Amino acid sequence: MKGQSSVPQAGIESTLGDARLQLAIYTATGRLIDHRKKAVSEEALPDYQELRRIAHELKRHTIENLDYYLAQVERKVAERGGKVVYCEDGAEVSRFVLELARARGERLVVKSKSMTTEEIHLNEALESGQVEAVETDLGEYLLQLAHERPYHIVAPALHKTRYDVADILTGSLGVERETEPEKQTKIARGVLREKFLEAGIGITGANFVVAGSGAVVVVENEGNARLSSSAPRIHIAVAGIEKLIPRARDLAVFLKLLGRSATGQALSVYTSFLAGARREGEADGPEEFYLVLLDNGRSKLLADRDKRESLYCIRCGACLNHCPVYRKIGGHNYPWIYSGPIGAIITPQFHGVEQDPWLPFASSLCGACAEVCPVKIDIPKVLLKLRAEVTASGARGGTERRVFRVWAWVMAHPWWYGVLGKMAAALSPRPAGGGWVNKLPGWMAVGPLGSWLKERDLPPPAEQSFRSQWERRRRGA
Amino acid sequence: MATGRVSIFVTCIVDQVFPRAGMAMAEVLERLGYEVEFRAGQTCCGQPAFNSGYREEAAVVARHFLRVFEGAEWIVVPSGSCGSMIAHHYEELFPGDQEMAKRARALEGRVFEFSRFLLEVARTDDVGARYEGVVTYHDSCHALREMHIKEGPRRLLGKVRGLTLKEMDIAEECCGFGGTFSVKFPEVSGGMARTKVASIVRTGAEAVVSIDSSCLMQLQGALSRAGVGVKTMHLAEVLAAR
Repeated sequence: MKGQSSVPQAGIESTLGDARLQLAIYTATGRLIDHRKKAVSEEALPDYQELRRIAHELKRHTIENLDYYLAQVERKVAERGGKVVYCEDGAEVSRFVLELARARGERLVVKSKSMTTEEIHLNEALESGQVEAVETDLGEYLLQLAHERPYHIVAPALHKTRYDVADILTGSLGVERETEPEKQTKIARGVLREKFLEAGIGITGANFVVAGSGAVVVVENEGNARLSSSAPRIHIAVAGIEKLIPRARDLAVFLKLLGRSATGQALSVYTSFLAGARREGEADGPEEFYLVLLDNGRSKLLADRDKRESLYCIRCGACLNHCPVYRKIGGHNYPWIYSGPIGAIITPQFHGVEQDPWLPFASSLCGACAEVCPVKIDIPKVLLKLRAEVTASGARGGTERRVFRVWAWVMAHPWWYGVLGKMAAALSPRPAGGGWVNKLPGWMAVGPLGSWLKERDLPPPAEQSFRSQWERRRRGA
Repeated sequence: MATGRVSIFVTCIVDQVFPRAGMAMAEVLERLGYEVEFRAGQTCCGQPAFNSGYREEAAVVARHFLRVFEGAEWIVVPSGSCGSMIAHHYEELFPGDQEMAKRARALEGRVFEFSRFLLEVARTDDVGARYEGVVTYHDSCHALREMHIKEGPRRLLGKVRGLTLKEMDIAEECCGFGGTFSVKFPEVSGGMARTKVASIVRTGAEAVVSIDSSCLMQLQGALSRAGVGVKTMHLAEVLAAR
């Protein structure tokens, strides 16, 4: 484990101060917000709220009975000529892939977009084992060339403008500078087509794993996941254990919600049902199929009844798009690859609340995330629980707790509350003309007051509090 | 004419910083025929501690609140956020204390955010107010998403003579206050406020109205810092005007 992190102040300030980046984030998330809004409107999807409720229940049921469904999917995948491989952590996944590659004499892997493999840094691990892994989702490919991690769980290169993309392509491929998105795509496609034909192993993620049939469902728009899973002779799907759903017919609920919540699409361009290896008489499909089911800390979350719902996430990214904090600070200031509200609740649970003790506090608790979550994860509730866990762990230091102890005592003692209020009112500077305070003397402009004044003017406390006015009125009456 | 006695919980921020919002609320309630009582022992709802992860400390304040408001039939609060804290979160503060949890639960049907009290208990959307001017309405997050208050305040504003309501393009977006968030992450919070301020300015309104004074403090602080001459008003102040 890394050491304890503190607020990435420099990163936050540089993101906030970069007008071009701010515009890129705001515009891209704004577009996704608009598209989703239309797609889940009363006219477009009248039973949207009902679908969310059912999706939540289905996820709850599956997570509560995960042992049963894991055993079932293992059986079903085997029946279809594939194999389930359980991995405790990322090291086990890379060991499995490297050993398989070595045994089959493969050196090149094509990958479609998968946050789960990002989570375990699979590409780097494969590279150090002399196996090249190439990302084939356009955004992911660009980020691989730029040596960056995804900015957003659905739109990984959301922060890149087409001019940034031109720089990346020219810089790493040596091609002539091209700023037209369509032509840029063609350049990437030219490189990637070769890789698809050459690669012996294709690795995909999984949006859903159907326990009842052993099928892996992959949702995408570019066709690269379909190619990754069918062109190479070996297909490995890597999924977190929480990706299971009971039956194929449950997809009728989840697929309706996923595309609409993510990009506003009623259905993504490609929805692939990948079940097992090619069987006798079939014309295509991989010769070998493996479903890697990754734990990597998920079972720890299972153990916590209050926060378990964090595992219901279907990675649509809607909470990121709607989060006013994410829209300001972007994806790279979050400590892990999962950013935004969902990142803020799962990162502390995977890594321990002590590691990034500031993270659950980086929210105004506005609740926009929970409002749009297709599986109704109560993100603010989990954030509040995590905040309590952070303070209980002592990671915020003793001073803050002492301050709140004193504060609570004062609030339970109205006489002291009244006296202290009067003192504050007497001490506060009062700008002429009744305006707000723009600046305080140095000794006062510290702590919360100093922080407040960095960005906003401050109201002086009322000369006569409500209770004083009320008392006077009562006496006068 | 409605009758009965209402107990008002003005909240610490209204008590200490924006007393005119509290006075305005009392005035409107009295105008409707209610006897308004202010229990002088009241202080804060405890939300600052709760949202900062100090539940035991929040419970100390909640206990005090429950003691002060013992026996009150209706408790009217000029805030969605503090109202939601009391009505929705007090119960979680007493795990393992059945008696306190029961008392907290009993509050749920008795604690009313001000606009909701007018519409649902006093059953009126016209309190006889007159306010000449163009205003815009800011949806405060806890009122909107925890108490589902959206149309109510707009209905009340719609009945104010002389008033024109112009909606923002992002009325539902957070102002960036978030309690201690505003001072723990001042730059992010300030950025959120400026986004909202830009939307307020686009409406051309001369005042922004909300049912939460904490949002208004954030917005007025940002408006004042930016030198924008838009004022902020609690809904009660608009409704008290005539």
